Amino acid sequence: MEFNSIDTITLIYCAMLFPVLAMAGNMAFSGAKNVRDTFTLLCAILTFFSVVMILYNVGNNVTEPVSLFNVFPGIDIAFNVEPLGLLFAIIASGLWILTHIYGVGYMRSNNEQHHARFFACFCIAISSVIGIAFASNMFTLFLFYEILTVSTYPLVAHKGTSESIRGARVYLSILIGTSIVLQLTAIIWTYVLTGTLDFTQGGILEGKISDWVVPILLALYAFGIGKAALMPFHKWLPAAMVAPTPVSALLHAVAVVKAGVFTMLKIGIYIFGIDFLSDTGASEWLMWLAAYSIIAASVIAMYQDNLKKRLAYSTISQLSYITLGMALANSMGALGGGMHIAMHAMGKITLFMCAGSIYVKYHKTEISEMSGLGRAMPITFLAFFIGALSIIGLPPLGGSWPKFLLIMGAINTEHYIIIAVLMLSSLLNVAYLMPIVGRAFFSSNLNSSVGKYNEAPILCWLPPAITAIGCIVLFFYAGILQDFLTPIIQK
Amino acid sequence: MANIAHVAEHTARDLIDHLPLLQVLVPFCTAPVIVLFGSRRFAWPLAFISSVISLVISVMLMMIVREGGYISYTLGGWAPPLGIEYRIDATNAFVLMLISTIGTLVLPFAYTSIKNEIRNRDHTLLYACWMLCFTGLLGMVATGDAFNVFVFLEISSLSTYVLVAQGASKDRRALTAAYDYLIMGTIGATFFVIGLGMLYMATGTLNLADLADRIANQGANRTVRSGFAFVIVGMGLKVAIFPLHLWLPKAYTFAPSAVTVFLSATATKAALYVVMRFVFSVYNPDFSFAKNTLEIIFLPLAIIAMFSASFVAVFQVNMKKMLAYSSIAQVGYMLLGIAILNEAGLTASLLHMFNHGFAKALLFMGAGVLVLKTGGSFYLQISGMGRKMPITSGAIVIGGLSLIGVPGTAGFLSKWLLVQAALERSADNSLFLVVALSIVLSSLLAVVYVWRIFEVLFLREADVLIPSSEAPIMMLIPMWILAGSCVWFGFSTDLLYDVANQAALNLLEGSMGMSGSILNLGMN
Repeated sequence: MEFNSIDTITLIYCAMLFPVLAMAGNMAFSGAKNVRDTFTLLCAILTFFSVVMILYNVGNNVTEPVSLFNVFPGIDIAFNVEPLGLLFAIIASGLWILTHIYGVGYMRSNNEQHHARFFACFCIAISSVIGIAFASNMFTLFLFYEILTVSTYPLVAHKGTSESIRGARVYLSILIGTSIVLQLTAIIWTYVLTGTLDFTQGGILEGKISDWVVPILLALYAFGIGKAALMPFHKWLPAAMVAPTPVSALLHAVAVVKAGVFTMLKIGIYIFGIDFLSDTGASEWLMWLAAYSIIAASVIAMYQDNLKKRLAYSTISQLSYITLGMALANSMGALGGGMHIAMHAMGKITLFMCAGSIYVKYHKTEISEMSGLGRAMPITFLAFFIGALSIIGLPPLGGSWPKFLLIMGAINTEHYIIIAVLMLSSLLNVAYLMPIVGRAFFSSNLNSSVGKYNEAPILCWLPPAITAIGCIVLFFYAGILQDFLTPIIQK
Repeated sequence: MANIAHVAEHTARDLIDHLPLLQVLVPFCTAPVIVLFGSRRFAWPLAFISSVISLVISVMLMMIVREGGYISYTLGGWAPPLGIEYRIDATNAFVLMLISTIGTLVLPFAYTSIKNEIRNRDHTLLYACWMLCFTGLLGMVATGDAFNVFVFLEISSLSTYVLVAQGASKDRRALTAAYDYLIMGTIGATFFVIGLGMLYMATGTLNLADLADRIANQGANRTVRSGFAFVIVGMGLKVAIFPLHLWLPKAYTFAPSAVTVFLSATATKAALYVVMRFVFSVYNPDFSFAKNTLEIIFLPLAIIAMFSASFVAVFQVNMKKMLAYSSIAQVGYMLLGIAILNEAGLTASLLHMFNHGFAKALLFMGAGVLVLKTGGSFYLQISGMGRKMPITSGAIVIGGLSLIGVPGTAGFLSKWLLVQAALERSADNSLFLVVALSIVLSSLLAVVYVWRIFEVLFLREADVLIPSSEAPIMMLIPMWILAGSCVWFGFSTDLLYDVANQAALNLLEGSMGMSGSILNLGMN
């Protein structure tokens, strides 16, 4: 079958509009829960299908931007397909299906309130993630970036308790604050300097900017992209853990945080240009800051007793791998960073969904209370074990490849300390993830009621089991993934 | 420009040639008609019909001048500078369109709101005053004669005092608010007319174009400069330029909700237009004193207003008062756009007039609906109403987001342009980096005060005694038209941005933009 570019752009709009349709459905059928949730599932599948069709159409080619609106001279609301964004869209829309199934199970078994509002906001968030993935310039990306922030705020504040309102305030103030003060300034500055904001292979800034401004502009971007949770602007992520677990699983382990590092990679590759960064050495400091974030967040994670908080700090550390990949400013680093988006998403969503299952069944949030639960919930904890191994980066799990590529990148640029940092980080990952599994399976619980087989509802254990298998599958198909991403580093 | 030049040849006989006058005349004549009918039932329909006609006229005017050039209309066939001239170019057509759009959209809302808040026997006179105020604002903007500006300023001000005082049937403090406004407004008008007197003394003319011409020719002497100071301070009081804003919070808080909606979106904007006209067209930024006024006085005052008024807004516990303080801060943004003194800045300023007018009208309407349902706009009274009236509150959310300047709303584009303008200037003067930074920093304060409203509406518990029911459809329709515009104009820049840009270019031509006729209309 032959498809031209118009079909692809239609598919992009479809992928963005099906979630919006799902949102409308949630509002319209807010009373009938089965109709509503099935309808959303249907829309989720259609969204995923649209994205897969885009993949089928264009493969890993880069398409021409198609403009929807002209805003200012040189600035359009425009979309195109390129491998990194396509990968991100596939991950987000694919995992949305699983998370939706999981979310229905979680919200119902947990007796949470306001399901319709919850799923409606979820849908807007997904729609804006698709928008971020296919944005063909920084203006469009920023538009959806902010819609994502605003639409996830009600999800974080969902429970309506004073604790969750406080968490949501921290969430919003850091994300909006950094994006308006730093990122927006950086974007407009870029526009004033270059007259364009289009993502262009090789960057747009070279030759239009004096050398001393480059690190400043990069800093405005790096800190302005608060969703990448680069220290010291990482506090919003632990604060967001007051949200119901499906939100933490899809949004705060995959969609929102990946939107952050995705933006980071985009500006590194398409605004600054990898070669320009490496020629000017402007990203050197960012590399060290990312390295610091990796270690520091891991150390903090070790001291968290709350499981979701520990996972949140683990995410902060893992996100910095991707920032590090960009800051290494060579092709291996960029590839490793891009690949880590997929690998970490699969691993971390597994861990979060397991954490949610434990909460649904036993209402346990603290790691110290989880002794012996592994015998009661073997599937959940097995999935957790596999996810954890993937995060640590051990073969035969997907997470090992990006780490390998990042080390290659560090060797190429002769940053041997970075290699040590990556190794140390793996050890720290073992130190804060493995005890959870060990405690669950091997230590005995004083409470005698725990111990018999007593799994969470099927809607809660099946999705993490699938993603855990996904972690294994990704190990064997990493080569395809790497080939798929290669165009992003071609000159 | 050339395509409309032929109209200059023929004598104005068609009604369409009298559009510049009709723009002002229609609402002006409606006021006495409303009083003569003397019936409450006819007052609102008459006012509404005349507003719709004004809107149509302003859109037609806009269509004529949007590509540049201007229409010159001589009243009674007396040629300027002796006679009074109405002069419409993209700049004031833009403001005329804002005023008449808001005027038309507010009236359906006002119908229910005024019924609820004001005694029946006052309705007829209130709508008459409303029309006079509308006339005054349109006249100030349409006219090309300096003394005529003063006349219309007084017409709008006097009727505004009455309108604000009408809030007394709900809260007696409206009387002191109106009195404060009366004193301040009169001082402002006096300053303005003193300034005009000086200008007349120095130049012997009152026609704005002629004034510009003569000032440009003879240079600026001390009288001309003092005149400038008086004019700016006088009009600055009406604009509520910090620190001349003291009348505004009380007037907006205690006036009837519908009046507040109308004033907040139009009155300060019309006055700001006059300031722009004087700074850019009558005087010329090339004059060092005009430029200094902008950079040494306007710029810091604008930044102080952006921060201090926003900061005060954060701590308000009454929605209407919070919005009033936010207006002072937003005037700061518009002033800053003028003070940055380049194309992007002026465009931002003009665009922000429109965007802020829409967003603020929407938010004040939201406050008005909440007053209707709960009896007040204190946070304690309106808490939890978001769940009880989701359609109303949805519109409030959109207005709030536009006020903050979240991408995807109209407010974002004007903020973007403002930062862009500052960054463009920073190439030659790095002080403007600080200005750019202060724009984005101060908009964080807007996030805080707007988000407080959201939290109050959606996250707090509601009073169980208040039934959950939506606002009447007559109020919801204008609210959602405004909400839709806030989103639509956040994407489509064809209409507003292009015209605002043309208007900015007109202004930047300085006094040159005032000479050379394009289109003469009038009763020759």
